Amino acid sequence: MNDQQAGPPAEPTEPAPPVLRLTGVNKSFGPVHVLHDVDLAVRPGEVTALVGDNGAGKSTLVKCIAGIHPVDGGSIHFDGKPVRITSPRDAADLGIEVVYQDLALADNLDIVQNMFLGRERTRGGLLDETDMERAARDTLASLSVRTVASVRTPVSALSGGQRQTVAIAKAVLWNSRVVLLDEPTAALGVAQTRQVLDLVRRLAERGLGVVLISHNMNDVFEVADRIATLYLGRLVAELPTRDTTHAQVVELITAGRSGDLGLPRAENPAP
Amino acid sequence: MTQLYPNSSSGEERTEPADGFAIDTTRRTTREALGDYAARLRGGQLGALPALLGLLTLFVVFTVLSDRFLTLGNLANLLGQGAGIVVIAMGLVFVLLLGDIDLSAGTASGVAASVLALHLVNDGNLLGAMGTTVFVLFCGAIVLAVVLALAARLWIGAGLAALGLLLVVLGVPANPWLEILLAVCVGTAIGCLTGFLVARVGIPAFVVTLALFLAWGGVVLQFVGVGGTLGLRDDVLFAVANGSLPVWASWLFALVAVLGYVALGVGRHLRQLRAGVVTAPTPLVLGKLGAVVLLALAGTWLLTLNRSPNDQTVIAGVPYVVPIVLVLLVLGTLVLDRTRYGRHIYAVGGNREAARRAGIDVVRIRMSVFVVCSTVAAVGAVIYSSKVGSVDPQAGGGNTLLFAVGAAVIGGTSLFGGRGRLRDAVIGGTVIATIDNGLGLLGQPAAVVSIVTGVVLLLAASVDAVSRRRAAAVGR
Repeated sequence: MNDQQAGPPAEPTEPAPPVLRLTGVNKSFGPVHVLHDVDLAVRPGEVTALVGDNGAGKSTLVKCIAGIHPVDGGSIHFDGKPVRITSPRDAADLGIEVVYQDLALADNLDIVQNMFLGRERTRGGLLDETDMERAARDTLASLSVRTVASVRTPVSALSGGQRQTVAIAKAVLWNSRVVLLDEPTAALGVAQTRQVLDLVRRLAERGLGVVLISHNMNDVFEVADRIATLYLGRLVAELPTRDTTHAQVVELITAGRSGDLGLPRAENPAP
Repeated sequence: MTQLYPNSSSGEERTEPADGFAIDTTRRTTREALGDYAARLRGGQLGALPALLGLLTLFVVFTVLSDRFLTLGNLANLLGQGAGIVVIAMGLVFVLLLGDIDLSAGTASGVAASVLALHLVNDGNLLGAMGTTVFVLFCGAIVLAVVLALAARLWIGAGLAALGLLLVVLGVPANPWLEILLAVCVGTAIGCLTGFLVARVGIPAFVVTLALFLAWGGVVLQFVGVGGTLGLRDDVLFAVANGSLPVWASWLFALVAVLGYVALGVGRHLRQLRAGVVTAPTPLVLGKLGAVVLLALAGTWLLTLNRSPNDQTVIAGVPYVVPIVLVLLVLGTLVLDRTRYGRHIYAVGGNREAARRAGIDVVRIRMSVFVVCSTVAAVGAVIYSSKVGSVDPQAGGGNTLLFAVGAAVIGGTSLFGGRGRLRDAVIGGTVIATIDNGLGLLGQPAAVVSIVTGVVLLLAASVDAVSRRRAAAVGR
């Protein structure tokens, strides 16, 4: 741990061991050093919010975990075992599901087809549409999501919130262990944001480890159990939400420290 | 009588059924289904409807203008004329579904046709026919194709190309069935090269296939010889596009096709009803099945009547091209709709990045569609060569490719990818063949045929673009 996390609210009782743990992760694109020694732990049944200003490296971190960008250095442990994630397939095989900001759904396919994309069920070499449709419907129903008239609606006909729901439900369908959500509420209205946040909470209640990236402090304080702050590619603090205030988090995001939290004063690049 | 999704199956998981997915309906009434269809049309998802209406218009216009258009002999002839284009267009649909284009499909099919003719005319001695240098280069290209296909893990493509190499090198004596197989294998090998350049090297498909369009045209010229024509003097090869099934076989074929279609359609519907998944209303399913069955039987009946212009001979029966096109259509539709490969093609065409993130090997899919396209184009080459009875240096050149692209687009395949079906190619190909045939009967020169076809293609492309814009505006 390179960050000064020693504060009064050090974990009272050690909760469940992290399902995913990053240690000293570094990532550069050419000369640009995007991630510096990032440590992050994702625990099952918890929502960890990942906050930070534009360009702090949030999306890069997510993409590293998702296997889209291989990490340059550091280690990733899954269930306590070291793993290497070099492709989206590796991440999916481990049970890491990512819901992207730009919603990786194929518009021309329907809800069922999108939820099973890349992992279609077959019977006798042919797609087993009946089985897939049932599984998709049961999953959506179990998440109590209200959606459109039919799971056979093409995604192109869905609203932003409905698309987000489909993308998130996909994670549940695959019995994922860790779900990463990149700005799931960025483009949504009030009611839709409400729906998606409820869904995020429900994921955690099912015992999944949830990482939520968001710019919206209200969302973060509403659903997150812990808040991890990235500042210029460094993870400066990871704090339980109940011990943190809005003001502290905003300070951490903008200046990298807040009181005793965050970067030590000497290392602070800008006054 | 809207039925809600039955809540019994997984009741214990659902905490709030009223708020849950219970509003999801799996069955709709016929009225609702028709209403949905109307809404889709208004929303710009026209499918094959404009092409069907266009075809109907053309039929009416030509019937009024020419007394020879709506004769049995001409309609059967129309099928033979259109089949080559239709088949090439079906292959192109695979490429168009990814939003790519294969401008070389026409001349690539010409290469397949010229190899076929050369092999037939020289009784299997391609070495002697081509000369050592050309033969070695030809074999080298096929070996390269096999290697590239193996590297991309396209096993079927590699296998077909390797089989082609074997046939070429062994110099097996001419045999019509073998010639057809050889042409198909050559098509596959060409597709491996095209697909590699587009998908793996990453050159835009337009440039690669434009270059290959020129190159393959040159290869055809080299194989056939300037000013030369290779005649296909073989009964089987001639019959492909000009022959017909005997009357009894025509009826047998029609019965098997119709019964198979009905059994599959009804079986699928019953399975969906039993499983409680989304399905079309029963009256609509039965109505659609009934309409197709009626059309098929009526068509068979007409084609089994004597259509000979004179009294001495009898020409009757379903032309061979009908079962050929139908088998390709059924197989291709099965692959596109019911296999993972087909699903992945649609996904890559709809959103390449989403497909990549879902773990789909986008490069492999992209390469494979070019292999499919060229392979199917070779089948088209066999048909159009059979129709004219020879292979000349213009084989597959000229309008072949543009007509095939036109056929796919007129039928409703989107040039932007992700949207289109094989039957579109069949409908669109029929439109193009009808224009060609009808204007020919009216004694119009080639200039008029080209202009009219161009205008129709433009109309079809506008329908595609406008419906896309509309679909975007209607809140998708």
